[in-house]
Amino acid sequence: MTGFTAHVGFAGWIQLVYVLAAALFVVGLHLMNSPATARRGNQVAMTGMIIAVVATFVLLIHAGTVTTTGWIVLLAGALIGSGVGLYAAQTVKMTAMPQLVSAFNAVGGGAAALVAIYGYYQAESTGGVLGTTSVFSVLDVLIGSVTFSGSIIAAGKLQGFIGGQPIIFKGGRLLNIALAVVALGSGAYLFTTPSLPALLIVVLASLGFGVMMVLPIGGADMPVVISLLNAFTGTAVAMAGFVIQNWALIVAGALVGASGSILTKLMADAMNRSLANIIIGGFGTGDSAVAIGGPVDAQVRSIQADDAAIQLAYASKVIIVPGYGLAAAQAQHGVAELGKILEDHGVEVSYAIHPVAGRMPGHMNVLLAEANVPYPQLVEMDEVNPEFPRTDVALVIGANDVTNPAARRPGNEISGMPILDVDKAKSIIVIKRSMGHGYAGLENELYFEPNTSMFFADAKKAMTELTSAVKTLVA
Amino acid sequence: MSAALLTDLTIFVLALLVGIEVIGKVPATLHTPLMSATNAIHGIVLVGALLIGITAHTTVGYILGFVAAVFAGANVVGGYVVTGRMLKMFRKKAPQPELESLDGHKGLRGLADRVGVGRGQS
Repeated sequence: MTGFTAHVGFAGWIQLVYVLAAALFVVGLHLMNSPATARRGNQVAMTGMIIAVVATFVLLIHAGTVTTTGWIVLLAGALIGSGVGLYAAQTVKMTAMPQLVSAFNAVGGGAAALVAIYGYYQAESTGGVLGTTSVFSVLDVLIGSVTFSGSIIAAGKLQGFIGGQPIIFKGGRLLNIALAVVALGSGAYLFTTPSLPALLIVVLASLGFGVMMVLPIGGADMPVVISLLNAFTGTAVAMAGFVIQNWALIVAGALVGASGSILTKLMADAMNRSLANIIIGGFGTGDSAVAIGGPVDAQVRSIQADDAAIQLAYASKVIIVPGYGLAAAQAQHGVAELGKILEDHGVEVSYAIHPVAGRMPGHMNVLLAEANVPYPQLVEMDEVNPEFPRTDVALVIGANDVTNPAARRPGNEISGMPILDVDKAKSIIVIKRSMGHGYAGLENELYFEPNTSMFFADAKKAMTELTSAVKTLVA
Repeated sequence: MSAALLTDLTIFVLALLVGIEVIGKVPATLHTPLMSATNAIHGIVLVGALLIGITAHTTVGYILGFVAAVFAGANVVGGYVVTGRMLKMFRKKAPQPELESLDGHKGLRGLADRVGVGRGQS
């Protein structure tokens, strides 16, 4: 295989084309730093991809060693995969976006692992494995397999096939360590002795490890996990690039690995949790639902749509705080409509976006953008927090832990987590289905504040009621 | 250490640094599309899957190549389409309702634009 991809002759020219493709990836990602140019960025990156794939076909034809069966198999595979990907991408609901990204991580990591497995199988059947090739092959197989199974579990959790609660069983952690030891041990064995069965053990142990790694992680941490698995896939692809000495794979994989790691860190920081803490798990079990000094016997004030509408219609500044409850109820369009009516009525409306609102970094922005909320109205946490004291009404829709003032005090599950200072608004309306707890399993002290009113309803239904009530007021 | 490996490693390290540099400036608003875009970019593994064909002359080789091609194909096409779909929704101002109905034909939209169909509305 390396004979055809070495950096000389015809293959050398193809490598140059791959460099062009890689450059387009970088330019494309660079254009993604502003919403105004982001679409062009994606198109530039896609152009790079098309160039790389076309160059590969040219290389395949030039090599002239692809059998008829080989062509049929490759083309059929690529077309079937593309069809499935296209269908999934066009039909997925924006709320289910994280699952899809996770699924793409799975197949990307799986493909990367397969490239190395094939390379190893091929090299071994023709005699001998190069030392360096073996190191990268083993890393590729390890990371690729872990990503494959881990991403499937993550997607399953988000989709609800597997319970969102952390799944912890006795000896689970021990099994995890054992799997890691077996995978690494067999991998190390491969450095000295070429052995296909040992490679198979690496694959199986890594797959097991991926499952065991994600199972104990709670649903609230899934955004971080997906981001991490995205970085893993990138790294696996880069390793595959080393295996077949292909610059396009190395550069693209490294780009994704680096960007994914940074995104993961940003996410973890936003939740004030270390990555180690998330991976080790235990958060969001719901078992630790202890009211931490919250006024247990305190009464919450309940409110109906008409009263809430009056508050909103006569406010001069309203901040809407959307959370996952909004996404789950598919209420983003209703919220956008309400926001627009208020805006047209002369109320200053903005949306406070917590970094972990939704199920992926920036997920809430996508959901609101889908509902045609202009992006300048979406304000990030650090910018919006000073605004709350001069806000008449803060409308909290399906957000819980990110508004809990308990985070400012030490000694509980969410201590130190950056929150939206919703409690500083003059008046607060919380739309929520029940008094149920958020992922942290904590009582939200915000609900017991004297200036807080609770509007108990499904977010979508609440939006319909509120919108019609506001309409009659402003008409 | 061979010269080829050294070149590969150099490229790898530089690409890592570029990745860090390019991503550091992206606002939180775009984090999900960004993740989706990088998700599509790792679909470049399709190139690796296709290259299997050069040496695959056995059943095992064909099977591995086929599965890798299916996986990578889904990754790359799905990744770009879904990113495009997401980014299309980011607008500075609320759009005309007509635009929305056109958006229903996602795949055909670009083609329609190119040949001038439906241009009157957009």
